[in-house]
Amino acid sequence: MAAPTKTAFKPGRTLTILGLILASLLAWAFWPGLSHTPRLGLDLRGGTQVILSPVSTNGVPITDDQLKQSVEIIRQRVDGFGVAESEVTTQGSGDNATIIVSIPGTTNQAILDSLSTTAKLDFRPVISEDYGSPQPAPTASPSASGSASPSPSASASVSVAPKTTASASASSNGAAVTGGLRPAADTPSPTPSPSDSLTTTSLDSTSAAGITSNNGLPPIQSAKNDAALQLAFKNLDCSKTGATKGGATDPAKYLVTCSTDGQLKYLLEPAAVQGTEISNAQAGIAQGGAGWEVNLTFSSAGAQQFADTTTKLAKQQPPQNQFAITLDGLVQSAPRVNEPILGGSAVITGQFTPDQAKALANVLKYGSLPVTLVPSSVEQISPTLGQDQLSAGIMAGLLGLLLVVIYLVIYYRALGLVAVASLLVAAAITYSLFVILGRQLGFTLSLAGVAGAIVAIGITADSFIVYFERIRDEIREGRSLRAAGDAGWIRARKTILAADFVSLLAAIVLYFMSVGSVRGFAFTLGLTTLVDILVAFLFTRPLVSLLMRTNWFTSGKPWTGLSPDRLGVKSEVVPVGRQSVVAATAAKES
Amino acid sequence: MSLGSLAHRLYSGEVSYDFVGKRRRWYAISGIFLVLALVGLFGRGLNLGIEFKGGSEFTIPSSTATVQQARDSAKAAGIADPIVTEVGQNKIRIQSPALTPTESAKVTAQLSKDLGVKQGDIGVTLIGPTWGAEITKHALQGLAVFLVLVVIFLSLYFEWRLAVAALVALVHDLLITIGIYALTGFEVTPATVIGILTILGFSLYDTVVVFDKVRENTKGITSGNRMTYSEAANLALNQTLVRSINTSVVALLPVAAILIIGVGLLGAGTLKDLALALFVGTAAGTYSSIFIATPVACQLQERRPEMKALAARVQARRHAGDKAKAAVKKSAGDADDAGELAAVGSEATMAALTAPSTTSTGPRQQPKKNTTRSQRKKS
Repeated sequence: MAAPTKTAFKPGRTLTILGLILASLLAWAFWPGLSHTPRLGLDLRGGTQVILSPVSTNGVPITDDQLKQSVEIIRQRVDGFGVAESEVTTQGSGDNATIIVSIPGTTNQAILDSLSTTAKLDFRPVISEDYGSPQPAPTASPSASGSASPSPSASASVSVAPKTTASASASSNGAAVTGGLRPAADTPSPTPSPSDSLTTTSLDSTSAAGITSNNGLPPIQSAKNDAALQLAFKNLDCSKTGATKGGATDPAKYLVTCSTDGQLKYLLEPAAVQGTEISNAQAGIAQGGAGWEVNLTFSSAGAQQFADTTTKLAKQQPPQNQFAITLDGLVQSAPRVNEPILGGSAVITGQFTPDQAKALANVLKYGSLPVTLVPSSVEQISPTLGQDQLSAGIMAGLLGLLLVVIYLVIYYRALGLVAVASLLVAAAITYSLFVILGRQLGFTLSLAGVAGAIVAIGITADSFIVYFERIRDEIREGRSLRAAGDAGWIRARKTILAADFVSLLAAIVLYFMSVGSVRGFAFTLGLTTLVDILVAFLFTRPLVSLLMRTNWFTSGKPWTGLSPDRLGVKSEVVPVGRQSVVAATAAKES
Repeated sequence: MSLGSLAHRLYSGEVSYDFVGKRRRWYAISGIFLVLALVGLFGRGLNLGIEFKGGSEFTIPSSTATVQQARDSAKAAGIADPIVTEVGQNKIRIQSPALTPTESAKVTAQLSKDLGVKQGDIGVTLIGPTWGAEITKHALQGLAVFLVLVVIFLSLYFEWRLAVAALVALVHDLLITIGIYALTGFEVTPATVIGILTILGFSLYDTVVVFDKVRENTKGITSGNRMTYSEAANLALNQTLVRSINTSVVALLPVAAILIIGVGLLGAGTLKDLALALFVGTAAGTYSSIFIATPVACQLQERRPEMKALAARVQARRHAGDKAKAAVKKSAGDADDAGELAAVGSEATMAALTAPSTTSTGPRQQPKKNTTRSQRKKS
């Protein structure tokens, strides 16, 4: 007698565990001051979703690094438009990869247009450089530059690659870094001082002079470095929305643009070396161990162009001794040229953190991608339609739940109520998880996800049906109610786990192998399957076990759902044992 | 009441439908459906949505605009041959060949002007021609990976013969669902693909439930001589029939709710496409787990030498004479059915461990005590 009591199932304890789990999930999800609703997908709240497929233009398979760089370029473009909660994500890898851009709210045609243009990497000599936005005081002395342009990438210098020993450039590197960048006030070009750049003249007046631009925002290009272009440079405010979104550029034209962070603006010459001439770029620890640097190697044609240009630039005064590295029309870095670089390999030094150095190396290596991004799918959903879809989804969910509840209660009576309670617990857990995952991991609930959750109502209820039918089987075999509740569970448990495992397998495979909306559906399906197991084990099972101990259930009243009458077991016909069932069938068929 | 009593009679074997024995009939019915499905698939082909063909779609929410107005407006915007349909409540859908984002912006502006709808309210979908191929490729890859994994899992959980039978049933469901799409001309969209892929999990759920009972009934069957494998499996089918019906009904109810709301409120779109595929697939899945999966499993099992031997022994035993019949009934549960006893005994022991009330003196006896006693008294 002692042995069974030791291992006896304790429903109260299991229910307490579930209660704690549920309470903490609810508390986490409904913590005051945070969002209490799941993050909705664009199809439920309106917005534009663009799926871009990278296509290799030279037939060489796309590498993950190239893909990563493409995503960075797209992200810069999208973020540049300043639409809150815009997202750029990738799925898959290599040639199978897709880039998904989600922009909430009403359509913005300019963003759509910007997505499919191909990015270019160029080296352009700097003509003028200035603060990206109007400075508060005209006393912007060189020493103030530290606060205005703290970006080390902009204050880097470029030098000959030290092959064996630390070259003379090592000391000048240090000077370059500490010297930083200066406002363009002391340059020979007719660039106005920062204090003059507060004018708000519209660029429209100059657009007739052959300047190409998108609403006066970078990249602004012109065939000549004329007064109109200089006015555009003067008026450019890089802190304006859209100023750092980048865009396609013509390497043969002059360029007015901003740095990627909007801190500085530049007037640049046509490209002296194009990014396609870079054969390799790597980040590494600087010679002498002081900080990080980026090593750069050019193709033979590129080496010649680079040598010619650096020879010219090294003689210039700041800021015209700088070489701007532009990606997608924005300045990534503008290192100072200390000396002519003839060997076809160069080092960019500066106060780089390892991450900054790696990022710059990646820009150089993959910036000129042999990759175009083709919009495979563009979906614009108006907020009204999104609202309609959301309410339709909610209505379908409520209707589905109602139908299942009615069926369960009619067929299983009191046990049906247990199933309904289990469904509600499962719903509460699932909703909390949606909220929490949305907040913590950026999970968005799409219409397909809502559908998955509704379909899950049925699958979750199925687990309870399997359990209840097993209990009934056990009663038919002659077990007492209480024993049937336990024995039925042991058999149902295996079936539920196996069947749920198959569902989970389907969800996992779907999630990892699919694209677009299929993923959202698969995620919800997988999540709800796990919730189903949790609820069946920690709620339904102990609850049934507890109920089976109540007098009301053991009384066998019709409404328990387990009365002999409802099971079809006539009171005079004593429940048949298993062996006699088998024998009876065998006998009949012989 | 009657369902409960039917359930009991099915369970005890009083009422028994011969699912396994009449398998030729079910195979024939499924065969006809499959032929129809294949004829539909290769004859008519699937009505692929623009997501697969590439194209543009504009959804205009308006209670006043007519289909004709929308068509004229689309033509004015440069779409040569627009397909204009009314969907759901107060919505008009225009489909056209693939447009570039710039062209589509022009169309949106034109529609907005002509139909008096705000530009931002018009839903636009542009799909490149290669996108569908991409989705299809991913879906087929996913399908292949899933099937391999499922066969491995089911082979481990049951055995390879049952795994193969489950797979046959699954392919049956998929083909029938796709065939129905081909025959009816329902539009196939990515949501349809999601629905069809979900059937995978669902069809198997039902099959796993039935097979679990089949395995339970056939455990140790070769050491006895009372039932052939097919008979034991058929009993399992009958015993789980009510559960199969219940799980299927309960699974179909939410799907039906999505279908009703999806069609009634939205007219077209993700919800409808998904629910339709699920509805057809789940119905086919219920049918196949009863009429296809188990009969196929039985056929595979009956090929095994030990099952053939069992069938022969059962046959011989039954030929031993009609007199034996009565004896069989009386001696039910006696030692000659050792296999059955062993199977039941082990499970009952587990039950006893969790049920403290049962005495340790032979768990099998405890719940049956009253039964056997009363039977003895009667006899």
